[in-house]
Amino acid sequence: MSIDLKTIKHISKLARISVDEQRAEKLAGDLNSIFDFIEKLNELKTDNVEPLTSVAETTLKLRSDEVKSKNIREQIIKNSPQDNEDYFVVPKVIE
Amino acid sequence: MSDITKQSLTELVENIKNKKLSSTEVTKAFIDRSEKSEELNAYITNDFTSAVDKAKKFDQKPNLDLKLPGIPMAVKDLFCTKNIKTTAGSKILNNFVPTYESTVTENIWNEGAILLGKLNCDEFAMGSSNETSFFGNVQNPIDKDLVPGGSSGGSASAVAGQLTPITIGTDTGGSIRQPASFTGIVGLKPTYGSCSRYGIVAFASSLDQAGPMGQNVKDCALLHEVISSYDPKDSTSIDFKRNHFSKELTNNIKGKKIGIPKEYRVDGMPKEIEDLWQKGIQYIKDCGAETIDISLPNTSYALPTYYIVAPAEASSNLARYDGVKYGFRAKGENLIDMYEKTRSEGFGTEVQRRIMIGTYVLSSGYYDAYYLKAQKVRKLIKNDFDDVYKKIDAILTPSAPSSAFKIGEKTNDPVSMYLNDIFTVPVNLAGLPAISIPAGHDSNGYPLGLQIIGKAFDEQNILNIAYAMEEKINFKNKITDWWIK
Repeated sequence: MSIDLKTIKHISKLARISVDEQRAEKLAGDLNSIFDFIEKLNELKTDNVEPLTSVAETTLKLRSDEVKSKNIREQIIKNSPQDNEDYFVVPKVIE
Repeated sequence: MSDITKQSLTELVENIKNKKLSSTEVTKAFIDRSEKSEELNAYITNDFTSAVDKAKKFDQKPNLDLKLPGIPMAVKDLFCTKNIKTTAGSKILNNFVPTYESTVTENIWNEGAILLGKLNCDEFAMGSSNETSFFGNVQNPIDKDLVPGGSSGGSASAVAGQLTPITIGTDTGGSIRQPASFTGIVGLKPTYGSCSRYGIVAFASSLDQAGPMGQNVKDCALLHEVISSYDPKDSTSIDFKRNHFSKELTNNIKGKKIGIPKEYRVDGMPKEIEDLWQKGIQYIKDCGAETIDISLPNTSYALPTYYIVAPAEASSNLARYDGVKYGFRAKGENLIDMYEKTRSEGFGTEVQRRIMIGTYVLSSGYYDAYYLKAQKVRKLIKNDFDDVYKKIDAILTPSAPSSAFKIGEKTNDPVSMYLNDIFTVPVNLAGLPAISIPAGHDSNGYPLGLQIIGKAFDEQNILNIAYAMEEKINFKNKITDWWIK
């Protein structure tokens, strides 16, 4: 299999990472060598194997639904790159 | 003062409890050595001034019943520390100051330890040489321009270089054990669910575990006892009865059955590693345990499986870094442009590469072929371990396929870098505990490690085996202080 530049552009759009031409070519090369290595898995027949989703053989515990942290707005906003003290601020999204 | 930093954690705890040393003396000694060791680049952030204040405060009213009374400790910069910058080795978190504490570090401070600072690591723990950190390479105390391994490279370098008596790292595919092996120290990756993941910057959530890295097995047993706890804030934290690992530690491993998996004898493995493994087998026998040849037939599929599962989870976990709520933000013409530029400028090359792999294997049309396939193979790998553990107690393998390599040697070839984790990755996929202990040197005098893999929740057993072997091996790390002028 081969990952072409068009696919790289498509993935970078899904991943929300802007990639210029030069970088895209380098990424295509890297990803192709990584996927050549990954293709080894096709040697294995796995039709009747159950997928493993978690190694922790435990069921999620139930807990009562109560608020534990109160008035932490200041803490939440503290690390924001841009805010107006009440809300996060982002570039305008509606005209 | 120089003698203080040579002492093990166990010795320091004893000396503070017997009032032979004060916390202030110990803390100042490690700060002094850390300040002389800037060339190692082991720290990203230091907190030396408040560490001395905390030590003085401890000495005024020492609580000597604690397990880590007044012990200074630097930790990997992947653990969120309240009001102390936490970067995960990334530009995108370069200005992030957590408003909360990770459970693992909170457990440590609750037992009396004092934060020295935050240690360098590969960006988001993605790397095997600490070369992907935004904050630069870390030097291995063993020799100049040698990588310390990764991703917990700063942690390994700081313990081997005696900048901290002990530390914690995280291990997603080998990030505690491989750097431990490269720097001649001990590193324990606990069973998945043993240590809380709350407040640890997430990489691959079904694989990530925190664990101790120290000068010897007993030190690691003591710290593991402190950090392992059930935590309702981590939904995969497991509620089970935890041992008093350091108290229950014994070198009596007579009659234990140790498996030697033939599939770990990989092509191109240096003869020095094979010889070390044979020596390890002899040590096991000298301890009165028995070795048994076993087969883990799907071992060679572990690394390809890991490079689907881990990037897939990473691409999802790292979606949160969008320049809105915290971290670095780039200027953009509109919201989407801002997201794309923030992530392009904020993440380094390796992290972007893994996000791209993960996004691809989860994308429409490829999910079944890659992600689902990998989850099925992961099941087969776990089944291999379940089968052999019906007749054995633990497994002995080398920790890594080589000794530490030179900085820059593998940075241009991602696959050759990934191969570093060939012996450590199966353990994470199966959620098992494993420990790396230093067991010998190669012809350059660089340390080599052996790995003991246990059954789930059987940390006490592998700690005991490691403890018994450690006594027989009698390893001495060759630290020349080359970086101190």
